[in-house]
Amino acid sequence: MGADFVVIRHASAGVPYCLSKILKASVINAGDGANEHPTQALLDMFTIKSSKGGIEGLTVAIIGDIAHSRVARSNIYGLIKLGAKVRLIGPPTLIPSGIKEFGVEVFNSIEDGIHDADVIITLRLQLERQGKGFLPSVNEYFHLYTLTSRRLKLAKDDVIVMHPGPLNRGVEITSKVADSSHSVILEQVTNGIAVRMAVLYLLTGARENA
Amino acid sequence: MLKQFFIKNGHIVDPSQGINSTGEIFIENGKIKSVKVSKSQSVKDSDTKKVIDAEGLYVFPGFVDMHTHLREPGFQHKETIRTGTLAAIKGGFTSVCPMPNTNPVNDNEAVTEFILRKNYSEGSCYIFPIGAVTKGQRGEELAEMWMMKKAGCVAFSDDGMPVMNSLIMRRALGYSKIFDVPIISHCEDINLSDKGVMNEGKLSTLLGLKGVPCASEDIMVARDIMLSELTGGRLHIAHVSTKGSVRLIRDAKERGIRVTAETCPHYFSITEAAVKDYNTNAKVNPPLRRDEDIEAIKEALKDGTIDVIATDHAPHHTDEKMLEFDRAPSGISGLETALGLSLRLVEEGILTIEGLIGKISLNPSKILGLEKGTLKAGADADITIVDMKKEHKVEAERFESMGKNTPFEGWVLKGRTVMTICKGNIFEIS
Ligand SMILES: [Zn+2]
Repeated sequence: MGADFVVIRHASAGVPYCLSKILKASVINAGDGANEHPTQALLDMFTIKSSKGGIEGLTVAIIGDIAHSRVARSNIYGLIKLGAKVRLIGPPTLIPSGIKEFGVEVFNSIEDGIHDADVIITLRLQLERQGKGFLPSVNEYFHLYTLTSRRLKLAKDDVIVMHPGPLNRGVEITSKVADSSHSVILEQVTNGIAVRMAVLYLLTGARENA
Repeated sequence: MLKQFFIKNGHIVDPSQGINSTGEIFIENGKIKSVKVSKSQSVKDSDTKKVIDAEGLYVFPGFVDMHTHLREPGFQHKETIRTGTLAAIKGGFTSVCPMPNTNPVNDNEAVTEFILRKNYSEGSCYIFPIGAVTKGQRGEELAEMWMMKKAGCVAFSDDGMPVMNSLIMRRALGYSKIFDVPIISHCEDINLSDKGVMNEGKLSTLLGLKGVPCASEDIMVARDIMLSELTGGRLHIAHVSTKGSVRLIRDAKERGIRVTAETCPHYFSITEAAVKDYNTNAKVNPPLRRDEDIEAIKEALKDGTIDVIATDHAPHHTDEKMLEFDRAPSGISGLETALGLSLRLVEEGILTIEGLIGKISLNPSKILGLEKGTLKAGADADITIVDMKKEHKVEAERFESMGKNTPFEGWVLKGRTVMTICKGNIFEIS
C-alpha cells in the first residue's frame, strides 16, 4: 500500500514490535495488550513537565490496576528514565510480578503511597475485574483506593492529579477531585493531540533525513 | 532387509549390560544375536555377511521417547505418523510414545488400534501409544484403560488437559494398579495458570505478557505425589520445569513413593529469555523458566531424581505459530534436536554417557515395561549409531518433522545420529 505510518492498537502484547520487524513503514504503538502505551506516557510526561517545570526529583504515585495497565508500564519506564521517583499503589492482586525490580516502590495503602507526592496518576479500573477474583467489589475498592479530597490532602499542596481517561467517576477518583484545581486531566487531553502530532512529525523528518 | 549383519569397531554403550567399550554386534532376522566386547576375538565373517563399520562411532540401544505428539489422527497439517516417526529415526529414536490429545482423543481401543495399524503401514519406528486417563480428556470419567492397555497402550495421561479433579486423579491412580502401568501427569493447576503464556516474573511484566507462576506446576506435583502415596498407584511426572517440582520429587523418592519423572531438553538448555522477542517458537507449556530452575533440573538429572529425558515433541504448522504470542499454540518440535542438546550434559560433566543413554533409552523402557532400551541378545535390533564429534547447525527447514517450530534454530550442536536401525531397516542419516 506504500503507507508511511502504521498506527496500531492491539489486544495482544508485542504485535507492534513484531510488525516493526517486517514493515518498512514507521510503526506507532497506540497500545498493545498489557504491554505499553508510549504516546500516552509521552503526553503524561509532557503535562507533568508543563505544570512542574521538570520531572527529575519528583515523586509520582500511580494508583490502581497496574497489572493490566499499559499506561502504567510506559509511564514507569519514562518517568524513571527522567529521574522521577515512582510509587505504585494498589491491591497485591493488581500489582504485577517482579515490578519492584524496575526500580519502583510498591504500596498497598493509598495513604502511605500518596504521602508527599508531587504527581498522582489514577488509572481506569476495568469494572469487569471484580468477579474475576481481583477485587471483591467496586464498593470495597472505593473504600481502599479511590482518590478522594480527604486523601489528596496527604500529598503535597501543589500536587497535580492525572488520569488517562475515560474516568469512572466515583470509582478510581471522585468528581470533586477530578474537577478540582489540582486536576490537569483536561490539559492531558489537549496535550495528547500535540504530542501525537509531534510523533508523526518527527518520524517524517527522520525519514527525509535518512 | 538384511538377514544377517555385523556392526564392528564401534564404541558400544549399553547400560542394561554395563557395557561401555569397543565391540561388535551380530544381528540376525531383526534381532540381536550376540554382543561381543572383547576386541581381540573378532568373528570371522564370511563374505555373505554384511559388515557395518562403526570405527570412531558410538553404538547405542535405540532411543525411546516417552512423550511425543504425533498429531494423527486429526491434526495431519501439523504432523503425521509417517513424518513424526521419520523425525524420530533421524533423531536416533526407535520407539516413541504418542500422547492421546489427537482428534478423536485416544481414549478407546479403536483409536489405539487405528494408530498402531497406521504405524504398521506407514511408520518407520515403533509406536507405544499413551491412552487418555479420562474420556475425551475431559477430566470427568475414567477412560477404558484396560481395553486400551490390551490394544497396546503402555501408560495413561491427559497430557495438556491436566486432571484438575483430585478425586478423579485418585481413582485413576488406584484403577491403574490393576495392570500396573503409570499415570503420566502433566502437572499444572489450570486455575492458577489462568491462561498465562510464559513464566511469571520480571520478564513477563516487561513484555506485558501474562505469567504462569512456578507454583502452578509445583502444587500439582505435590498433589499427585500425595495421591500416589494414598493409592499406591504409579505416578510419572511429565516435563519437569521447576526447582520446586524437583524438590518435591526428590523428597517423594526418598520416602519410597512410586514416582518417576522426566524433563525435556528445552528445560535444561534455555530460559524464559528465549521469548524476549515474542518468539512464539519458544512458547511451550510448561513455560521456559529461570537459571535457578535449569540448575535444579541438571542436579536432578545427575542425582537420579529425574529418570528420563523426553522430547515432548509438539509440532505445529508454521502459520499457527505466526500469531500473536498470547494466541499462538504451545510446543517445540523436539525429536531432531534432543540428542545434540542432551549431549551437552555429557560435555558439561553432568551426566556420563552411560547415564545419558539410560535416561533416553533404558529408563523410559523400564518405566513403561517395554522390552526396549537394550542390546541384550534376543532383543529387537533397535540401534542408534552416533558420530559424537560431528557438529551440525540446527536448520528447521531440514527437519523430517513437519513441525519447524524450534527455538534452537541456528544453534551448532555436537553429536549426531548417522545411522538408525529399526524394524529390520537400516536408515543412513545424511
Ligand atoms: Zn504436557
